[in-house]
Amino acid sequence: MSRDLILQAIISGILMGLIYALVAVGLSLIFGLMEIVNFAHGEFLMLAMFATFWLWAVFGLDPLISLPLVAAMLACGGILVHFGIIRRLLSAPMLAQVCGTFGLAVALRAGAQFLWTPDFRTITSPMSAGRVEIGPVFIGQPQLVAGLICLFAFAALWAFITRTDTGLALQATAQDRQAAAVMGIPTERMWALGWAIGLGCVGIAGCLLSTFYYIFPEVGVNFALLAFVAVALGGFGSIIGSLVAGVLIGLTESLGGLLLDPSYKTLIVFGLYLGVVIVRPMGLFGRF
Amino acid sequence: MQGGTASMLEAAKAEHLWPRPPRWAMAIGAAAAALLLAYPFVFTSSFAHHTMILILLYALMAQSWNVVAGFSGQISLGHAIFFGLGAYSSTVLFAKYGVTPWAGLLVGVLLSAAAAVAIGVPTLRLRGHYFAIATLLIGSSVQIVFQRWEWVGAASGLYVPIERTSPWLYLQFHRSKVPYYYLMLAAAALGYLLVWKLRRSRFGFRLQALRDDHDAAASLGIAVARHKVLTFMISGAMMSVAGTFYGQYVLVLDPERLFSAEISILVLLMTVLGGSGTLWGPALGAAVLIPLSEYSRIWLGGTGRTVDLIIYGVLIVLVCMWRPSGLLSVFEERIRRRRTVS
Repeated sequence: MSRDLILQAIISGILMGLIYALVAVGLSLIFGLMEIVNFAHGEFLMLAMFATFWLWAVFGLDPLISLPLVAAMLACGGILVHFGIIRRLLSAPMLAQVCGTFGLAVALRAGAQFLWTPDFRTITSPMSAGRVEIGPVFIGQPQLVAGLICLFAFAALWAFITRTDTGLALQATAQDRQAAAVMGIPTERMWALGWAIGLGCVGIAGCLLSTFYYIFPEVGVNFALLAFVAVALGGFGSIIGSLVAGVLIGLTESLGGLLLDPSYKTLIVFGLYLGVVIVRPMGLFGRF
Repeated sequence: MQGGTASMLEAAKAEHLWPRPPRWAMAIGAAAAALLLAYPFVFTSSFAHHTMILILLYALMAQSWNVVAGFSGQISLGHAIFFGLGAYSSTVLFAKYGVTPWAGLLVGVLLSAAAAVAIGVPTLRLRGHYFAIATLLIGSSVQIVFQRWEWVGAASGLYVPIERTSPWLYLQFHRSKVPYYYLMLAAAALGYLLVWKLRRSRFGFRLQALRDDHDAAASLGIAVARHKVLTFMISGAMMSVAGTFYGQYVLVLDPERLFSAEISILVLLMTVLGGSGTLWGPALGAAVLIPLSEYSRIWLGGTGRTVDLIIYGVLIVLVCMWRPSGLLSVFEERIRRRRTVS
């Protein structure tokens, strides 16, 4: 096993991990705010990828240009989902909450399959195509651009949550809903904002992912599973936790695939979840 | 004060924990049983038989899921594991060693119960979402393993060797679906009888206490962990029986289908649609969803497979939003209202 190969695996693992992290942070944020696990999270990633694809195929918009558009579309979708479905599920028993978002996932996936067939699609020669050579390591340029934008998105999210009044209100709602409401924070609007941000992040991730990944109706399933692992690992509700856990998962996956059989790389990550949940149920950075 | 206690006692006596079903309900039940027994001769088409076999199969599978979710309150998203184990146990034993599927059925039940212990002991301590996600990941892992495992045919799966000599010994009927129908009916009836008994037993009451208030049940001395694992074992064993029958019915084992998250989700959708925690909810859910998918497949041809899933998904979202206790509760409410009036 050459050193170059391992270095290569580490770098591609980190870059992929940043995408996982951005998918996971939305999930984490929503759970932290209202204790609802969005089981349709992967399906929203899939929708973002298809939106990017059609904007490219029909209007010739490059994914990097349509990025804000896709993010905005998903954010609006998040607000719709919150007011249309989630608001009614908040007071329902947990089984109904799980089934509600699960049912949404089933319907969205089947709908995508019905509309766009189960075919695999790709966006050929996006603006970021090409590759970068750093010494002995080759990095795909789409992955590199995606990783950098993910990092930037994380920085922006972190600044928003910790440095602005709205972000602080969001945190307050997550910590104690009633106390926040007493202080005059419109919690209902904060929840909708949480959904908008959460799905907006998924929109960015999906848009970036579509520059170097296949686009098909079932694409979200595996990403959602990995996002669950990341959120459990990082602790529900923690932004930095999601980032660290996402990168950790990307690394585990690429190094595990290199050292062991590649077809078992997901198994290693799932094992990671079970290990963490059983040993440290609140995650590495969990607040509760 | 005296009078108050007496009237409270009266009220408590009047309200039975397990009320005898009214006479008309028993009449309907007897009629339904007679109809189920006569069904293959009333509706003779192969399609009618197939649909009903699937309904019975899924009614049993959904009930198995209901044992865990409805009684102990844990949401499993990986129940396909036991379904696949049942099908694989009987088929591997028969295809490789010529052992009758009846023995394979028992082996499958034992294996599934053992798997339930292996999965349940570490994960059943997890509450709520953490358990659901853990079972989702374990189910997906088991599928990956079976898709790679050469000895059991890896991704291409296994075929049940055709055996025409003794249908009842080898559990294969090639001329007609009717024997499959009665076998499935018997299996489903036994499963429902078991659950009915379970619900009325001390064990069942402890489970319901545990589901309704975990901490209170624990503080009253109910061995929470042991009860949950035992429930998981019973549920896994029931699912395994369904898996063996399914394998013998379709004669092809495809790990992509048998261990798919779709099966785990379907049993969940059916149970929640009908009413989780109730005896007849899972059967009602199966009776609604299976014909929906079979007919949409006929009407819409090849694309029908996803149309039924769209309808399932939307239906379940609506049920969760407007009636989280399931469709059955609509009838129950009506009965209760009529009773209080009279």
